[in-house]
Amino acid sequence: MYKGVAVIGDRDSIYGFSSIGLSIFPVSDREDGLEKFRQLCRGDYAVIYITEALAAEIEEEIEKVSESMCPAVILIPGVFGNTGRGKAQVRKSVEKAVGSDILFGGEK
Amino acid sequence: MAIAKVNPTRMELTRLKKKLVTAKRGHKLLKDKRDELMRRFLELVRENMALRESVEKGLEVANQNFVLAKAVMREEILNTALMAPLQSLSVEVEKRNVMSVEIPEFNYKTRTPGENDAYSYGFAFTSGDLDFAVKSLSDIFPDMLKLAEIEKSCQLMAAEIEKTRRRVNALEHVMIPETEESIKYITMKLDENERSTQVRLMKVKDMMIKQNIESKRNSVK
Repeated sequence: MYKGVAVIGDRDSIYGFSSIGLSIFPVSDREDGLEKFRQLCRGDYAVIYITEALAAEIEEEIEKVSESMCPAVILIPGVFGNTGRGKAQVRKSVEKAVGSDILFGGEK
Repeated sequence: MAIAKVNPTRMELTRLKKKLVTAKRGHKLLKDKRDELMRRFLELVRENMALRESVEKGLEVANQNFVLAKAVMREEILNTALMAPLQSLSVEVEKRNVMSVEIPEFNYKTRTPGENDAYSYGFAFTSGDLDFAVKSLSDIFPDMLKLAEIEKSCQLMAAEIEKTRRRVNALEHVMIPETEESIKYITMKLDENERSTQVRLMKVKDMMIKQNIESKRNSVK
């Protein structure tokens, strides 16, 4: 089963990804992002890379698809710098599994 | 603990005992599952964090390169250069079963195998910075895909561990003690019934003997 890989976020952060064969979906604001993201989830994509900035705005929507195997929603830092949200996501899953963050608690 | 409404009958007792055995067995199995999942999860999540760090670093460099490329080129030219990508990429999704958690495995396939096919533009009108940027991105991509695979697995496993832990706790702290309590209650009730029957019988026997003696005495008179 072959599926595509999508990148969604603000234009400046993602336009380069088209050169290596990913489908890019530039969005400008929250509403736009929400709608596109929903579309992508229904579409045939194995992985959706999403910029941290956009992910912060549509958090609930991402939460909804976290239980299913496809698509995998992965946060990537945008062009405006790393907000640490991606790592926070990993920490969150540790917290979920263990009950408290025992691995990366000291790091910030 | 409040005893659930149970009928103090032998049938109920047998049923409850069977239930207890099943619950204990289930508890043990789930506990094993939780421990093993946890072990794998911790391994995976460490890898996840390390990989994420390196990918984020790589992406930062790529982003910088792209900003640089954008700075030295006119936006229209840049857009035109990247408008029609030569490369197209598809990902094969396979499922792998780890302790009844289905985790994905991604293998990607590019339409053209050549390394230079990422450059979808002529070199005459574009800056060399763009080449660097594209190169840095295509270098980091295998890691990005690996990260997607591992991170998704971690998320799925975390969810499963949470569920399993709940089940283990529910069995350990609610289901098993309650059943044990009910069994105890029924056993005691049944014993009580037995004793009362015995006492009644003894009483009846006493009365019958008394009657017998009485009647014999009367016949002697």
